[in-house]
Amino acid sequence: MNPPEQSFRVVGTRPVRPDGADKVTGRALYGTDFALAGMLHGAVLRSPHAHARIRGIDASRALALPGVKAVVTGADFPEAASVAIAGESAANLRDIARNVMARDKALYEGHAVAAVAATSPAIARAALALIAVDYEVLPHATSIAAAIAPDAPLLHDDLFTPGLKPRPETPSNLALHVAIDTGDAAAALAGAAAVAGGHYTTQPVHQGYIEPHACVAQWNADGQAQIWASSQGAFMIRSLVAGALGLKQADIRVTPLEIGGGFGGKTTVYLEPVALQLARQAGRPVRLEMSRSEVFRATGPAPGAVIDIRLGADKDGMLVGAEMTFHYTAGAFPGAAAHPAALLALAGYKVPNRKITGWEVVCNLPSSAAYRAPGAPQVAFAVESCLDELALQLGIDPIELRLKNAVGPGDTGPMGLPHGQIGLIECLEAARAHPHYSAPLAPGETRGVAAGGWANYGGPSTAAVALAEDGSVLVTTGSPDIGGSRAAMAMMAAETLGVPYETVRVTIADTASIGFSFLTGGSRTTFATGHAVIAAANQVIATARARAAQIWGVAADTVAWRDGAAHGTAGDSAGKVLTLAEIAGKAANAGGPISAEVGVNPAGWLPGFGVHICDCALDAETGQVKVTRYTAIQDVGRAIHPAYVEGQLQGGAAQGIGWALNEAYVYGADGRMENPGFLDYRVPVASDLPMIDTVLVDKPNPDHPYGVKGVGETPIVPPLAAVANAVSRAAGRRQRHLPMSPEQVLLGGDA
Amino acid sequence: MPPSPYSAPDNLGEALGLAAAPGARVLAGGTDLLIQTRAGRLAPTAMVDLKRIDRAMGIRPAGQGFVIGAATPCTALRDDAALVAAWPGVVEAASLIGSVQVRNRASLGGNLCNASPAADSVPALIAAGATAVVAGPGGEREVPVEAIPAGPGRTTLAPGELVIELRLPPRPPGGGDAYLRLTPRTEMDIAVVGVGAALVLDGSGRCTAARIALGAVAPTALLVEAAGAALVGTKLEEGAIAAMLAAIDAAISPIDDQRASAAYRRRIAGVLATRAVARAAARARGEQA
Ligand SMILES: Cc1cc2nc3c(=O)[nH]c(=O)nc-3n(C[C@H](O)[C@H](O)[C@H](O)COP(=O)(O)OP(=O)(O)OC[C@H]3O[C@@H](n4cnc5c(N)ncnc54)[C@H](O)[C@@H]3O)c2cc1C
Repeated sequence: MNPPEQSFRVVGTRPVRPDGADKVTGRALYGTDFALAGMLHGAVLRSPHAHARIRGIDASRALALPGVKAVVTGADFPEAASVAIAGESAANLRDIARNVMARDKALYEGHAVAAVAATSPAIARAALALIAVDYEVLPHATSIAAAIAPDAPLLHDDLFTPGLKPRPETPSNLALHVAIDTGDAAAALAGAAAVAGGHYTTQPVHQGYIEPHACVAQWNADGQAQIWASSQGAFMIRSLVAGALGLKQADIRVTPLEIGGGFGGKTTVYLEPVALQLARQAGRPVRLEMSRSEVFRATGPAPGAVIDIRLGADKDGMLVGAEMTFHYTAGAFPGAAAHPAALLALAGYKVPNRKITGWEVVCNLPSSAAYRAPGAPQVAFAVESCLDELALQLGIDPIELRLKNAVGPGDTGPMGLPHGQIGLIECLEAARAHPHYSAPLAPGETRGVAAGGWANYGGPSTAAVALAEDGSVLVTTGSPDIGGSRAAMAMMAAETLGVPYETVRVTIADTASIGFSFLTGGSRTTFATGHAVIAAANQVIATARARAAQIWGVAADTVAWRDGAAHGTAGDSAGKVLTLAEIAGKAANAGGPISAEVGVNPAGWLPGFGVHICDCALDAETGQVKVTRYTAIQDVGRAIHPAYVEGQLQGGAAQGIGWALNEAYVYGADGRMENPGFLDYRVPVASDLPMIDTVLVDKPNPDHPYGVKGVGETPIVPPLAAVANAVSRAAGRRQRHLPMSPEQVLLGGDA
Repeated sequence: MPPSPYSAPDNLGEALGLAAAPGARVLAGGTDLLIQTRAGRLAPTAMVDLKRIDRAMGIRPAGQGFVIGAATPCTALRDDAALVAAWPGVVEAASLIGSVQVRNRASLGGNLCNASPAADSVPALIAAGATAVVAGPGGEREVPVEAIPAGPGRTTLAPGELVIELRLPPRPPGGGDAYLRLTPRTEMDIAVVGVGAALVLDGSGRCTAARIALGAVAPTALLVEAAGAALVGTKLEEGAIAAMLAAIDAAISPIDDQRASAAYRRRIAGVLATRAVARAAARARGEQA
């Protein structure tokens, strides 16, 4: 059922974001801006070894240093229960607890082994140097090949590959097995007119948020814990800290601070449980913050991948079969998004015969974390590269080839259910019609295209809407704003209530002040929290209508609501109008203040698809690639605030271009990261990128009052292959290995 | 970072006295020194800022040549029209360092004395035949720029010595210079290879003098005299370029590191040297600014 054409007053406009002024004037409170009286400064001692048994830790000299108030090690943490944690990539509470503080083994260079709280950062750092850790250095494996070799050092002796039947008899570093097998892929490939394939590799990449992790923790005199932190979910922190430390959730109050980027990397905890233990021991509040080098060595990254793929088509370009085996680096603990990767790898196309096998591999790297569309970009890189090869082999235009095979509404989705109102076909058509696609290329330039998608999500959210006495509107949510969602929430509330955007203020509340919301991730917030805001606003309207009816002495159902006011229709009330402000002004003495809090868990989110077009110029003598023109096209449902949606597309494309060209974790033979800083971990700088053009394809989601689909993650899926397809055409050689650094493009072999 | 006593004397004598203290470090723009100190790689006992000393700041003509105060920010080079006209290669090298904000602080003296093998301005200065005026407890001496770096992070300066000025000769008639580097990113990056070239062409286009210097392919920026010699007397024909490339290949000793392999550096040294010579020659012929 398609909703009738809606017309909007606020949705689709581009007002100034409410958090903007504080951010550009430096007033916004980020993780390290928050301070408490008497606060101590913490520091974390991190393992210099990629893999080592911790035989003992002697902190006595550190504790004796004047100014040191607390030292904690793994022994100061309870053993957490083994509980699976839902999130963008599967995780386990016990592993999270061991990741924040190593117990018997350090599993990667940078793994926390002890922490100190002292009266100054300098004393805290000096104290770290006084902690003696007795390590038994163990052999390590930082690559997939090393971790799955027959004689590989074992990270966890209790890891028996889940997903394998029968359960293996010996432990291994294979942390998860997933398999999809429909039809007869081998036979289909054997009969295909054209087959493309190869061995693809990508490296672990960091989310690259500007703000390092930071938090302040304190224990109140009554034994209640308080945490102030920048993250993608204050409730996420509450539940993980409660689980890791064995506390009651009601005894932890988490206040979200402004967040300086997360991209999925702030959907777990690193510092908060440690800061809380230090604060408990010291009896004073403690701040912990990471340096950039700690961020690189101990947080993130997205998994690196090794992918073997074969994709076959008939002579008309109809896909007939696919075989794919991939390994993803989970890092120190299981959890690398192999499930979504397997489900999404071919989600955009009708491929009757498919055999997909995925493995997660634990190895001596930081425990991988969610990063925009976790799991999807790596497999999309391989699939979309093969499609480009098939297009070349069959002499079919690459967009045409995708259109022949693209899924549309009613086609079977990855979970076996029919797709709803998805917009891949519209995106491909928009790409084909875009002037960029037909623009002549300058000499030496080539063009690549690639598509990609993400499942998106709904999930539980709570929102409250309250009226002030002057009729201004206060919206409260528990969803940290990482992409302009405060503006979107204010706009949806204003649209629903029929009041100007400027009269609405949005607060992101602490965990004691609003009901539960799942974290900001999965491109769910504008969809799900938006649902909650709209529902709460509708309840406020219902109350306001009832109050007007009470004032007019008529039945509530005779009072209409439009343009931000109650309109009488019955008897004497006909033609009477009470604005929201007038009702709010009378409310205290006419039934009480007006507010509503609504919790929802909406179904009906829809996957998002996008198509990217990339032009690049290759310096054939040096291997250097310059992206010269880039267009990102995406089905966004309906953009509440188009500028911020465009920003999501541009940001995702920029990160994807970085992933394609120069970003990579580099490890030495000693298992230590060699580039833990932005100088040698090369995210694109502004001058590396052209203006990224965007096209918002509007195919409204019928299951959201304003047509919203998640938009934040899809845009990082197509760029890896869009860039690689352009470079492959320029180099005359298929680019199967990321990053396509100048050296890789010029000299890189095709292993 | 333990607090370093900071001083900013306004005369060279006082600066030399302060810099002579054990563990003291000279501070120019601080874009290396402060970062390395914060990272814990250096722990200076004192920082002696040169920026209030007149001689260390600004660009002055010296006959047809130039004197550049060692602590002058790189931005000032680009603003000096006479210098840009005379030594565009030196200016383009200095203009590649970091970003606008970094260049508003970063100096040639700091770039040289930080002694990174990948420092951008150093090969350009060497190719141009620049000299450094070294001041110390025992007085002053003038040495070729290539005599300053001793190895990664090490210089030939004696304790208590500092560079107070850099000097560039007049641009010879028919002269041109250029600097090119390769970095994976367009800016905010460290040269994988850098090549400075300066040459002089006579009226017939014959090369009468040439200096080629490379960065990031040896422990220090490297003047490859044989590479320049291979060009002298030629009209930069293919054979001459090949001889230059052979001389470079023989002289450099690149390493494998996380930024690039030795093999790639070797390859790029040749590509950039060829291009830098072509660019310098175009400038010598007046075809390019
Ligand atoms: C973000 C960023 C990007 C960068 N990009 C580049 C780049 O692209 N290319 C490049 O080459 N460099 C780059 N650098 C490094 C740095 O900016 C340059 O080396 C710069 O020229 C250093 O100059 P400075 O005046 O800041 O030196 P300082 O930091 O003040 O000093 C550097 C060192 O030299 C010593 N020193 C300084 N002046 C003198 C003197 N007159 N006599 C004796 N010793 C002295 C100091 O004690 C110190 O050891 C970058 C740095 C940053 C932070």
